[in-house]
Amino acid sequence: MSDEYEHKLEAKSDYATDASSVSSPDLDAVPEAELPDQELYHSHSWWTTYVFSQDAKYIGIQYALTAVGTGLLGLVLSWLMRIQLAFPGLGWLDPAAYYQFVTMHGMIMVVYLLTALFLGGFGNLLIPLMCGARDMAFPYVNMLSYWAFVVAVVVLLASFFVPGGPTGAGWTLYPPQAITAGTPGSDMGIILMLVSLILFVAGFTMGGLNYIITVLQLRARGMTLMRLPLTIWGIFTATVLAMFAFPALLVGCLMMTLDSLLGTSFFMPAMVSLGETLTHEGGSPILFQHLFWFFGHPEVYIVALPAFGIVSDLLSVHSRKTIFGYRMMVWAIVGIGALSFFVWAHHMYVSGMNPWFGFFFATTTLIIAVPTAIKVYNWILTLWRGNIQLSLPMLFSLGFIVTFLNGGLTGLFLGNVTVDVPLSDTYFVVAHFHMVMGIAPILVIFGAIYHWYPLITGRMMNETLGKIHFWFTFIGSYAIYFPMHYQGFVGVPRRYFEIYDSPYIDTSTLLLNKFITIAVLIVGAAQLLFLYNLITSARLGKKSEKNPWKACSLEWQTPQMPPEHGNWGKELPKVYRWPYDFSVPGAKEDYIPQNQPPSEIIGAKVEKT
Amino acid sequence: MIVALSIFLITVGSIAFHFWSPWWWTEVASNWGNMDDTIILTFWITGVVFVAICFFVAYCVWKFSYNKDRRAEYKPEDKKLESRLTWATAIGVAALLAPGLVVWNQYVTVPDNAYKVEVFAYQWGWKYRLPGDDNILGKTDIKYINDDNPFGLILEDPNGKDDLLVDAQELHLLLDRPVKFELRTIDVLHNFYVPQFRGKMDMVPGIVTYYWLTPTRTGDFEVLCAEYCGSGHYAMRGRVIVDEEKDYKKWEANQITFEKMLAKNKKNDNLQLVKKDKLTIKKQKNVR
Repeated sequence: MSDEYEHKLEAKSDYATDASSVSSPDLDAVPEAELPDQELYHSHSWWTTYVFSQDAKYIGIQYALTAVGTGLLGLVLSWLMRIQLAFPGLGWLDPAAYYQFVTMHGMIMVVYLLTALFLGGFGNLLIPLMCGARDMAFPYVNMLSYWAFVVAVVVLLASFFVPGGPTGAGWTLYPPQAITAGTPGSDMGIILMLVSLILFVAGFTMGGLNYIITVLQLRARGMTLMRLPLTIWGIFTATVLAMFAFPALLVGCLMMTLDSLLGTSFFMPAMVSLGETLTHEGGSPILFQHLFWFFGHPEVYIVALPAFGIVSDLLSVHSRKTIFGYRMMVWAIVGIGALSFFVWAHHMYVSGMNPWFGFFFATTTLIIAVPTAIKVYNWILTLWRGNIQLSLPMLFSLGFIVTFLNGGLTGLFLGNVTVDVPLSDTYFVVAHFHMVMGIAPILVIFGAIYHWYPLITGRMMNETLGKIHFWFTFIGSYAIYFPMHYQGFVGVPRRYFEIYDSPYIDTSTLLLNKFITIAVLIVGAAQLLFLYNLITSARLGKKSEKNPWKACSLEWQTPQMPPEHGNWGKELPKVYRWPYDFSVPGAKEDYIPQNQPPSEIIGAKVEKT
Repeated sequence: MIVALSIFLITVGSIAFHFWSPWWWTEVASNWGNMDDTIILTFWITGVVFVAICFFVAYCVWKFSYNKDRRAEYKPEDKKLESRLTWATAIGVAALLAPGLVVWNQYVTVPDNAYKVEVFAYQWGWKYRLPGDDNILGKTDIKYINDDNPFGLILEDPNGKDDLLVDAQELHLLLDRPVKFELRTIDVLHNFYVPQFRGKMDMVPGIVTYYWLTPTRTGDFEVLCAEYCGSGHYAMRGRVIVDEEKDYKKWEANQITFEKMLAKNKKNDNLQLVKKDKLTIKKQKNVR
């Protein structure tokens, strides 16, 4: 793509040379703008500036704060669950409450925290800035997207207060148990969960259209697709995935709502529930699982791809080195995204679907390991012969590499159908997915917050507190999830309220449970330190320079920092190069911003533009 | 320095934990020891990659730490290196996949001589049904389940008469005889799981799923439900006892056939009543 563009560029500059004799502007030529400058909505009151805001930067922060607030509830729920598991004698919870907390923890963390934070939060904040746009393509729809998300969260939380409490069906919500009497919250709780998800999908679709169209249509002059930062590639591809994946969840939720309220039988076969024959017949519980995982697997990458993109940028900036193999990185993101729609049934090897599917899905699943491995190689090769600053974003990125590597490799266990049989539904699975889509992306989120905090507040976060936060979080979460895999080998099943005297589980496994719980409490408490840092640094943090990390990408090149409404002052930026020109031989500085014209850096030997 | 050292120590610590921690799988009690072998193979291949990459990262962090007088290398791409790494990964992945698929093929191909046992799951417990002398399990339908006919056997089907009904949370299996579990649930999803057997499969209402194994050592094993099934999931336990032939026969002789159970319950008149309703029965037969 970039090659094509370069041809055009050459042709244009030839033409320019013929037409005029001035030489330096030719060097700096960029194609004319195809669209007139965006007309922006300007807020007039406090309400329209800070509450019903149509500025993507504010919406991003609103999304992030709402997501983090909900996520904190998820964190507290995990404490309660872990205390029950380690000290069953306390009589802390009853089974119903335990299962309700498991369910709410899972759903909150995957959908309402990670998805909302990466796409709604970082997407809104970074897409217009990094693409060189003034705002999202449809600011009003963008605002609606956020408020739909708020309503979805409120409905979700309301389920804690209805008779029967929230659903305890597990975050996968498998019917028939999700809507039959043996499961806690099977009346009101599950309905509110389904309605909340439907609202979330509706809201997300509004935001998602914005992200896609903004990336495709509103890029600055000269910003070809192959000059986009990998952060944008990750968020963009994840959004495309979400557009295809969420509808499957949406119809699944709608059909289950009908099964529950109107007595249809999409997912309900003839069955007996606690001694009573139900009126349903002929439905297929496995159909729901297919719909759920057709959403659920891409969902893993909806969370992972933005993390991949962001971590690539953090590694490159903080090791002062070009990202290694940019093209391969882009194609790996796109390839992983495409492949992620062909692997969903690896969550269902032992679900009772036709076992012959196992051959197909094991093969596709292991194929996806290849582009994923390429990404890991390119990250570590970016470090190779770099000039590595051990700043907070770099520390968290290194933590990401270790945890993602660990979680990715255990994915090769579970993806390989035979190996999955003894390990599925055990703590090995719990450890795997927490490592790969819990800890790893969250470390990236922390790194990203430390990195872009000055862009939002104009101040730096406290470095010492940040380092303490890093070491507790990284070492602590590794200590939680690495040993947990081995409980899975022993055969400890997941979703057990209590493992009492099982003959095959000796007491030492229970001891391990206690150790893990203590680590969970410590890691959780360390997050309070982060929150403290996050809040106080906004007022007390050291004032940031204009481009504190000396990054090349556009978000740091706005006339004001933090950027104002409309981002770019009078004139939109022009882009002359990719965002990774670090340590270019012959250049004065060790970085060349994307909008620095070639005429200003005559001596630099740039290889890739 | 501290960072590099930490990454190094985490890697070494992980290896040490792997080899010396007491937490490892239970001794296998079925023919699926080859599943353990595929896990070991996966451990070796992924373990080497894990260690190599972590050491590489630790080395880079130590060797290339920031120095303001130095510049990083400028090298956006290296096509040769990238393609080599891609191929090496592809080969490693194939080496993991191929043995896995071979074992999976065995897992889904039930031997002809396998003895069929129905595992019957409900919220929250287990029952079992053995085929009896004719070696055929009688047809069932959920509609016929009542106090007198707890398994919902279709009374018209002669194959069901001699089925042995085990309503006792405890199943005995004969050592070294391949057994096919026909998995049936009357309510929600369950999963019949014995850690020492390694095998696993969900039970889905409306269909009968299956898996097979050959018990290879005698013993008393715990059955756990491995698919979340509601509030009582954690308490849905049972026992499987693998016996030598003599003990097995003794246990088998104590089990009651369906016919005998009906007689005992003196509800044979019920049987007559149901027979009249032939049309429904015909319909139901296809369902099973």
